[in-house]
Amino acid sequence: MSSFSRCAACKYLRRKCPQDCILAPYFPSSNPQRFACVHKIFGASNVTKMLQQVPVHLRAEAAECISYEAIARVQDPVYGCVGIITQLQQQIIQIHSEIMKIKGDIITHHSAHPQHQPLPPPQGDPCRSISIHQQEQDNFQSDEHPFGNF
Amino acid sequence: MGGHSPCASCKLLRRRCARDCIFAPYFPSEDPHKFAIVHKVFGASNISKMLQELPAHQRADAVSSLVYEASARVRDPVYGCVGAISYLQNQVSQLQMQLAVAQAEVLCIQMQQDSSAMQLPRMVDVPSDDDKPSSPPFLLPNNLAHFLNLSPAS
Repeated sequence: MSSFSRCAACKYLRRKCPQDCILAPYFPSSNPQRFACVHKIFGASNVTKMLQQVPVHLRAEAAECISYEAIARVQDPVYGCVGIITQLQQQIIQIHSEIMKIKGDIITHHSAHPQHQPLPPPQGDPCRSISIHQQEQDNFQSDEHPFGNF
Repeated sequence: MGGHSPCASCKLLRRRCARDCIFAPYFPSEDPHKFAIVHKVFGASNISKMLQELPAHQRADAVSSLVYEASARVRDPVYGCVGAISYLQNQVSQLQMQLAVAQAEVLCIQMQQDSSAMQLPRMVDVPSDDDKPSSPPFLLPNNLAHFLNLSPAS
């Protein structure tokens, strides 16, 4: 990055942006707010140290996560990311409880109405159809019931 | 904490622990690791500023969450606690899919019940011709669903 185009970090810190500025690839001048949050929560030197400790190919992700945490903390100064984690955990408990309730209702229904349980259609099994009709013929012994012969 | 027993912060920072030290209530000297970790990630002056901007009754919670985040970041220098957020968001998505499947099953059951209630008039209309090997004259609810090509809501 040339001195004519400083990264957001160097602009914020009012310093020259060297060619090998470690923050420049991850804090472009197009998004000054992002670095402002990071600086407020972590500080420029801490962020620099954190990125230096991470392999180069992982620094972009690390910078992204650090920015996410900083923004979350600015938005919620008491709980930060932990507030988001808590909300997600509560959501998981709630959805799980709904699933259990619905499954309980399904089991109750199937116990009360076993004929409604999903069974495969009797394809390629004519004996099953025959046995059903024979049973029906046994149950209804009147000529008025038009059960055909299979 | 008075000047005789510095808190963990003042011990680490090697300074006098004032009576109104902002760190003292939350970083007792018995647990030096707690302050060490937040200092490593956030820095003492940033912690001090954050605590000063909060009402006193919220500072304990803020310290707890800062310690949690700092610990996560030390354990995972790339993702920190965002890794946990990502994992939980995946769990939520999977559970929402399971919920949708369960709700679809309930819908199928309701449709089966409705179809069973509508089925009785069809049984009366079955032809009595013995040479007609068409659909079976007695339709069970599960067969009815198949013949009506009912498919579960996706």
